[in-house]
Amino acid sequence: MISLGLGRYPLGPVKLVSGFVAAVIPGAGTRLSSIDRIVLVQIRLPRVLAAITVGAALSGSGAAYQSMFQNPLVSPDILGVSAGAGFGASIGLLFGLPFGDVQVLAFAGGVAAVLVTVAISQLIGRGSTVVLVLAGIVVGAMAQALISLTQYFANPTTTLPRIVFFLLGSLDSVTMSNLWLPALLAGASVLVLYLIRWPITVLAAGEDEARTLGVNRYLIWALVIVTTTLMTASVVSIAGIVGWVGLVVPHLARRFVGPSFHKLLPASLLIGAIFLLAVDDVGRSVSSVEFPLGVLTALIGGPFFVALLAKARKEWR
Amino acid sequence: MALSIRVDGLSFSFGQRGENCLQGVSLEVSESELCCLLGPNGAGKTTLIRCILGLLKPHAGSMSVAGHDTAALSARQLARLVAYVPQSITAVFPFTTLEMVLMGRTPYLGMTASPSRADRRLCMATLERLGAGHLASRPFSQLSGGERQLTMLARALVQEAPVLVLDEPTAALDYGNEIRIFQLVTSLVAAGSTVLMTTHQPNHALMWADRAVLMSAGSVAASGGPSEVITGDRLSRLYNVPVRVTSLAPPADEQGDQEQQFFCLPEVTPPRRRRGAADQPPRIP
Repeated sequence: MISLGLGRYPLGPVKLVSGFVAAVIPGAGTRLSSIDRIVLVQIRLPRVLAAITVGAALSGSGAAYQSMFQNPLVSPDILGVSAGAGFGASIGLLFGLPFGDVQVLAFAGGVAAVLVTVAISQLIGRGSTVVLVLAGIVVGAMAQALISLTQYFANPTTTLPRIVFFLLGSLDSVTMSNLWLPALLAGASVLVLYLIRWPITVLAAGEDEARTLGVNRYLIWALVIVTTTLMTASVVSIAGIVGWVGLVVPHLARRFVGPSFHKLLPASLLIGAIFLLAVDDVGRSVSSVEFPLGVLTALIGGPFFVALLAKARKEWR
Repeated sequence: MALSIRVDGLSFSFGQRGENCLQGVSLEVSESELCCLLGPNGAGKTTLIRCILGLLKPHAGSMSVAGHDTAALSARQLARLVAYVPQSITAVFPFTTLEMVLMGRTPYLGMTASPSRADRRLCMATLERLGAGHLASRPFSQLSGGERQLTMLARALVQEAPVLVLDEPTAALDYGNEIRIFQLVTSLVAAGSTVLMTTHQPNHALMWADRAVLMSAGSVAASGGPSEVITGDRLSRLYNVPVRVTSLAPPADEQGDQEQQFFCLPEVTPPRRRRGAADQPPRIP
């Protein structure tokens, strides 16, 4: 992953590339002044690691959800986790809390939204994925409404812009100290998903069949929902709401390695990391004004998805 | 012979106040038997097999498979006893045929394991035994109906379960494939498997089965040897169309040492065409 970070790095200024090499391999590359090195290690490196984490986590959870719901149109925020996390963060920003607290609130909001979704589906539609998805849509819409409400009450000169910028998605405020915990959570979740790779593969081929093949589908559902929620909530707490990655990347990965989850998961993680790194590089180097990450992923991801669909059409019909 | 499937007083309904879809259904299939489940649409055939497979929870009654009470079995334990061949399967994702067959090994894998090389070899060998080895790397979604059914049978075989449950396995197949599937199924039965299958064709039961069960409105109307159960009267009443069961007289030189083969025919004639229309040669534009 780090080597991929290096591979993508030339998109940044040349000076920093050689500096990066020097920092990783002592003696190699051009030696930089200590100021340059501090800039590199404390600003550049966290940002690259955050991009990798965000891209990998979103793509990995997208792949897991698409397999679990047997639906290639599902994205990681289907159960309302992104909107819930966005609402949590908005509350934090509204009251002017420090970024660490905002992160905690975002994470809690995401987890709470999914808990509400699961509770609703348990109450009215035991064991039905359709009810689960519909409940997720409802909870997501309500969380969006609550986000709008915080924006309405926010101070238009101070807190409102911060809420808006956070929701657009950005890796601006990332430092090593607020990155490591979400990254660790996401990493642990990926590990769990990889361990249950075969039951997820069997579920992807059909729910009833999975049951007759001896898969405990409720256990697998629970594990997938918990891990993807942790991953997505962590990501929102780092970078705000970044759309499209979790939908598009698993499609691309599936074209390369097929739908078997033991290959799909690593491929999605890898492609997602590279994709988000590239998008972030574009976002901060195309102009002197930095583009918001969420806007760019949609602008790049949308047409990309259409192209993918056009290519895949033959296989689906 | 030992009982392989036993269903005793099974009742099931969808929803709380819904009408009973199954009402006191009892059924016994011995080891190494092919049992055909017949009945009109909505008689409860599919509901019954979904109960046996553990996909639906019955309200009353008990079931056992190979001597084990199914209510006490986990999904994995049940999957080692009963293999299921669905009527048709549409995979959303482009799994290869070999991957679909590999899924049959799931009941023998730990939750965190994936299929081993040995599993892979077994699946490949099974596909080849069914004459479908060439399909292994093709996407399952691009196979024809007959090829899919073969794949599902291969998956059921690698599940190594003593009981196979098939839901209208030949519904989507052409005449030749239908016969090939029955040949395969009867050879499995001869080798010791127990098969319960639903079908809409009484002739399937008369031709191939050791036992036939007729279902009507959620309960068993008749059960026993196919030629005793399937009579013209019963079929006529059950399906509300006149049906006759007859037999072909075997050729003179084979008489005596061959069982009589019965088959059923609808006792209706197509409406006569209007006079003149049949006499005219077809018009060629």
